[in-house]
Amino acid sequence: MMKNPDDTLMAEFIERVDGIKGCRFNFPLLRQSVNGKPLVYLDNAATSQKPQVVIDALMRYYQEENSNIHRGVHYLSEKATQSYEASRAKVRKFVNAASVQEVIFVRGTTEGINLVAGSYGRKNIRQGDEVLISAMEHHSNIVPWQILCEEKGAKLRVIPMNDDGELLLDEYERLLGEKTRLVAIAHISNALGTVNPIKEMVAVAHRKGIPVLVDGAQAVPHRKVDVQDLGCDFYTFSSHKMFGPTGVGILYGKKQFLDAMPPYQGGGDMIKSVTFEKTIYNDLPYKFEAGTPNIAGGIALGAAIDYMGMLDMEAISTYEHDLLNYATEALRGINGVRIIGTAREKAGVLSFVIEGIHPHDIGTILDDEGIAIRTGHHCAQPVMQRFGVPATARASFAFYNTKDEVDILVKGIHKVIEVLG
Amino acid sequence: MSALRELYQEVILDHNKSPRNFRRMEDATRAVDGYNPLCGDHYKIFVKVEGDVIQDISFDGAGCAISKASASVMSSVLKGKTKEEAERLFQQFHKLVTGDIDAEKNLEALGKLAAFAGVSEFPVRVKCASLAWHTMHAALEARVETISTE
Repeated sequence: MMKNPDDTLMAEFIERVDGIKGCRFNFPLLRQSVNGKPLVYLDNAATSQKPQVVIDALMRYYQEENSNIHRGVHYLSEKATQSYEASRAKVRKFVNAASVQEVIFVRGTTEGINLVAGSYGRKNIRQGDEVLISAMEHHSNIVPWQILCEEKGAKLRVIPMNDDGELLLDEYERLLGEKTRLVAIAHISNALGTVNPIKEMVAVAHRKGIPVLVDGAQAVPHRKVDVQDLGCDFYTFSSHKMFGPTGVGILYGKKQFLDAMPPYQGGGDMIKSVTFEKTIYNDLPYKFEAGTPNIAGGIALGAAIDYMGMLDMEAISTYEHDLLNYATEALRGINGVRIIGTAREKAGVLSFVIEGIHPHDIGTILDDEGIAIRTGHHCAQPVMQRFGVPATARASFAFYNTKDEVDILVKGIHKVIEVLG
Repeated sequence: MSALRELYQEVILDHNKSPRNFRRMEDATRAVDGYNPLCGDHYKIFVKVEGDVIQDISFDGAGCAISKASASVMSSVLKGKTKEEAERLFQQFHKLVTGDIDAEKNLEALGKLAAFAGVSEFPVRVKCASLAWHTMHAALEARVETISTE
């Protein structure tokens, strides 16, 4: 059937003011005003806002199902366990893991990385070995490896990047040596927006028998992730950056790796039987889930996945790509603005500096206009050093952001220049 | 808008654009580094103290408009003051930016420092305004080589 041109126009209009499929309506927080102006929330790489269905899921759990999971035989415990495990199954499907046994609930990306460093790393990395990370990592994918390397007398090595913020893949291949025991890299850089060619990088490492961990915190909100297609051995991400609640995240790991790894923390739920002489650990994934988890958070993450599925990940990627291009072009047109991170493949993030004006001042003046951006080093100080700036201003997008909001940002930047330029 | 104009007053914009005493000092008696790790602001404060008097004070480094203007105004206010006077002004300044005293009622005591009254409306910027002062304080106390706001 032919599409009515009026319908197409109407759809474009709705997107312009209300995000993809008019979804802004679903985010109660976005309706507020800040400093007397409508809120323009462009700090999504720090944390995303939550749709009503996620807020409702949290409330429903506490109002109707609250009880401890995997323990009770009573009705509520059964119900809560079902909801929690249903959420794990949604996550499995969301990233296309082979089995729910490979989906471990953690507190967030940071804990996911620490789990692998503390368990896999401690067991397999020895004196003189090397761990390979990249020049664009978030501190959470640097410091756990530094701690491990210091403890083991191993060496942390770094894949360099070019002036556009793209990893040098020739250097990467060269750095993958006899002593490399693990590669740990971001899927998408939180400070630059660079999308790294993970599938190719994994293939190269695997040819040399080296496992790969991927920090997916900035990727899952923006694009379809298929861990089996990527081929990586570990993939970790946070719920709160993908429209779910804080305090919960996921570590995906290939079963053969997880099976061979010692527990990360000891406690309840991660055991089969305990005597003072010997403890038998539980099966996957519970072996890595000691203690009562963030049950409400896990369940609400499932609601966030359902919500994103409804909008459709492919459509989200296309919409955001268009929005980022629109914003990039608009900022390029402003005298004195320099974009930090100009990789060919980018998603979600637009970092910039303004000649002679400190990002902190940019942030304060934009805030006065109701615009929320992040200013600072974005927990990626080595990236700032690489580009020779103390900090950047960063606008980061989600599917509820609109071209109208980009226009407001551009006006705000002109105001910054007017006040401080 | 008024709160923002109050923050970025003419005095502050002027000192940000043309900072006074913005130079290294070769014959300083003390030089201390001050960092704000949160935003990457970094200044080095140089003082030349003879007896009890700050004969010269200068600074070097980079940061936001508020922190740079604060270092600049501080340096022009403190030159020739005794350590005790500097300490008293530091206390006054701190009370001013945290909103503990009313600038209007203390205009005489505050002098040029009154320009920073607007900072109290922006709690996250208090550290920017006070970084140079804390660093100067450490330089006079002669205790450490580096201080941090965190």
